[in-house]
Amino acid sequence: MTWTSNELMVAAAARRLAGERVCFVGIGLPNLACSLAQRTVEPNLELVYESGAVGARPERLPISIGDPCLVAGCRSVASQFDLFALYLQGGRVDVGFLGAAQIDRRGAINTTVIGPYGQPKVRLPGSGGACDIAVLASKVFVIMPQSTRSFVPRVEFVTSPGHFPGRRAPGGGPDTVVTQLGVYRFVEGEMTLTSLHPGATLDQVRAACGWDLAVAPDLGETPPPTEGELVALRALDPERVYLG
Amino acid sequence: MSKVVTMGEAVGRLVADGDSVAIEGFTHLICHAAGHELIRQRRRNITLCRLTPDVIGDQLAAAGVISRLVFSWMGNPGAGSLHALRRRIEHADPEPLEIEEYSHFGMVCRYTAGAAGLPFFPLRSYSGSDLPTANPRIVPVQDPYNGEALYAVPPLNPDVAIVHVQRASAEGDAQVWGLLGCQKEAAFAARRVIVVCEEVVPESVVRADPNRTLIPAPIVDAVVEAPGGCHPSFVQGYYDRDNRFYLDWEPISRDPAAVAAWLDEWVYSLEDHAEYRAKLGAERWATLAPGEGWSAPVNYGSYR
Repeated sequence: MTWTSNELMVAAAARRLAGERVCFVGIGLPNLACSLAQRTVEPNLELVYESGAVGARPERLPISIGDPCLVAGCRSVASQFDLFALYLQGGRVDVGFLGAAQIDRRGAINTTVIGPYGQPKVRLPGSGGACDIAVLASKVFVIMPQSTRSFVPRVEFVTSPGHFPGRRAPGGGPDTVVTQLGVYRFVEGEMTLTSLHPGATLDQVRAACGWDLAVAPDLGETPPPTEGELVALRALDPERVYLG
Repeated sequence: MSKVVTMGEAVGRLVADGDSVAIEGFTHLICHAAGHELIRQRRRNITLCRLTPDVIGDQLAAAGVISRLVFSWMGNPGAGSLHALRRRIEHADPEPLEIEEYSHFGMVCRYTAGAAGLPFFPLRSYSGSDLPTANPRIVPVQDPYNGEALYAVPPLNPDVAIVHVQRASAEGDAQVWGLLGCQKEAAFAARRVIVVCEEVVPESVVRADPNRTLIPAPIVDAVVEAPGGCHPSFVQGYYDRDNRFYLDWEPISRDPAAVAAWLDEWVYSLEDHAEYRAKLGAERWATLAPGEGWSAPVNYGSYR
């Protein structure tokens, strides 16, 4: 079966969820990766959404973070206070799974503004729950397309903090970043390429990164998506809203 | 005592120019009908409090109703940007818009402090984020017992909270199922509360299922029956989110003339939300019907 780089990105992200229990899910690619994980490596993965849906088992692809399909058949509906205070801040979330438009080498994410805050060139949506998740989830996974525009040495505005000297947050911060080219982990707070996707070259990855990229000495190759993963993934997003 | 009035009366009597107005509802139960009435009655200098301004925030910004926005995420979910809001923030076009920005948790804590009569609410978010620099009302505080560094947000007490629910008694007991958002906190924090509902039901319906009551009548000032009043947002069990509308809004929102034409056609030239609902047409409503998924009844017992 042939596959696209987006399909590989989502499959690689889903595999990282093996062994995890409770995942706080962002909409779009993170949601797709989590839904795939439920159908492959981690059937018991608990999905919680910032809208308050807990233990969701959506029967169609949710269009927004608060889609009614997340409520129908879910385990519990929490108020947003309960969701953020008791679940997230209370330490009940293993993984926060975020999308991002711009990330830096320390894993800080900007979803607030391009240009000065008071005189924005482009006003982005803002934090939503992302800052809270980045500080409070035990660890953070990020899935996003990679280019020199999205992988920058230092974000202009830190919406969601990454690793920094003296970080004293309840959560562990960014753990894994998955793009269309590879998988990254954080080594002493520095984003480090640990696995190259099939078809991607190291030169290609470096050309799509805005800083001098660290590469793990034992750099691996991401296994291509299996037929099972592809079938499940295409059934999840039949109109290819997120797969493109 | 019945508090049922028309939307025109509720907004006319309870929302004044210069007020802060919370229209809450997280993707679910966003009361567009109330927003449209604010536009129709040409309210001015309103501070809109909403975690996610959504399409209604874009429309209120374009219509010149709001001069200030207190929020945590400003996008057209799954469909694009809110360009009327962005024009005002990025280019002061046609006039500036003041913003006060938090994370979702920060906003929820603000309402909670406001509702509970607390001077601030502590939370363990924000450490390492630039948000406290951008918004000096997010301030570092110290845990008085163990010395841990935390952040605090101030209470949010809107002049008016407008909350859309599935059903309410004429007196104002408001029952909700599905996503609850932070409407309870927003309503208890507000000085005046307008409940908008899909249907007014007899008080006996409420009293037979009191666990479902999110907001009790004693804090409610007016009840408005506005079926379909959340469109294009959704009401669990009543109608689905109209995603086509959200997608269609993206190109409209990009073009100030198109936004003005939309407001003329769908707000200013209509008498009320019932006309909006009729204009949308039975066919469109039929595409949003959610089917059925009933829960089992519970036994509250009889204790005499």
